[in-house]
Amino acid sequence: MKLLEFLKRERKKSASVAKERLQIIVAHQRGERDQPDYMPMLQQELLEVIRRYVQVDQDAININLDSDNDCSILELNVTLPRDEQGRPG
Amino acid sequence: MAKIIVVTSGKGGVGKTTSAAAIATGLALRGNKTVVIDFDVGLRNLDLVMGCERRVVYDLINVIQGEAGLNQALIRDKRTENLHILPASQTRDKEALTAEGVEKVLDTLSREYDFIVCDSPAGIEHGAQLAMYFADEAIVVTNPEVSSVRDSDRILGLLASKTRRAERSEPPVREHLLITRYDPSRVTSGDMLTLEDVREILAINLVGLIPESEAVLRASNQGVPVVHDMDSDAGQAYADTVSRLLGEDVPLRFHEYQKKGLLSRMFGGGRR
Ligand SMILES: Nc1ncnc2c1ncn2[C@@H]1O[C@H](COP(=O)(O)OP(=O)(O)OP(=O)(O)O)[C@@H](O)[C@H]1O
Ligand SMILES: [Mg+2]
Repeated sequence: MKLLEFLKRERKKSASVAKERLQIIVAHQRGERDQPDYMPMLQQELLEVIRRYVQVDQDAININLDSDNDCSILELNVTLPRDEQGRPG
Repeated sequence: MAKIIVVTSGKGGVGKTTSAAAIATGLALRGNKTVVIDFDVGLRNLDLVMGCERRVVYDLINVIQGEAGLNQALIRDKRTENLHILPASQTRDKEALTAEGVEKVLDTLSREYDFIVCDSPAGIEHGAQLAMYFADEAIVVTNPEVSSVRDSDRILGLLASKTRRAERSEPPVREHLLITRYDPSRVTSGDMLTLEDVREILAINLVGLIPESEAVLRASNQGVPVVHDMDSDAGQAYADTVSRLLGEDVPLRFHEYQKKGLLSRMFGGGRR
């Protein structure tokens, strides 16, 4: 039984791992490519402001700029930690 | 007006200089007046691969700084008609390479030649950006390997934003993917990205596939661009690449694993 399972479940080939990793990396790089130059600074400063009130991690904040033909929407998502009672801290 | 082609990659050591030498030579062999320029200031290599290192007198920086005329710096290739080499400086620092200076050189060459091939240094800094800045087309040299593919994607970002064509909102630089050091046997065993994987991730047109080949080292040992070795797989693959650059429709070769038969294993024939 064990042997059969072992034979069936072929080892995941390293090239397919490489491909999956690259797809994520490249999608991320391309997302950054299209954003204005000030975005990293803006994200950093927003994080600092939020941290004056709530302790959040670097990756708890996610900002996005979507552009349509006639307007752009800056979308800001912050995941707040919960305190012991389960209320947002 | 010459067509300016930059050979670039981001990552170092992937085969830019080998490719620039082979492609420039291939273009000249097909009757096009071609000049190949080394932009790798401080680490010049192109002269070695082209086999003209002992004939370098002046270089690109000398020309830019007015210490020599363009015609004094250009080296005529010994083997191939229609082919010239403009070497990089071995001693000067990279900052001597200015955009205005490069533009002037390219403008002058542009009147004389059909193709100007620019061999970019590795990285994404000053030298690499200058090598691509005036380009009409870019050959993005990529090995089937994670860091090379990621760097190629970075380069594609720069080509789309940091070139003269991008800044002037002209038609964009035409991007070509050149996969080099491809090893079909490792692809078959699942340890190397397939050419479809690389093409899918970078999403640009494939202009050529160069197999990992002993002929490349042999060629650089002798200072003869590998495209002269038409018995070799790499030489043929570069010749195919040149044909595609010239707009011909050539089927892909050397991407399938050929198990060596008993006879070829005994007599060492087959893939060279
Ligand atoms: N298809 C190939 N098969 C085998 N070896 C190769 C192949 N292509 C390149 N090489 C070898 O890889 C090494 C690096 O090649 P090359 O100098 O062309 O790379 P490069 O991208 O110009 O490097 P750099 O970034 O330092 O300028 C050389 O030793 C070369 O012989
Ligand atoms: Mg090089």
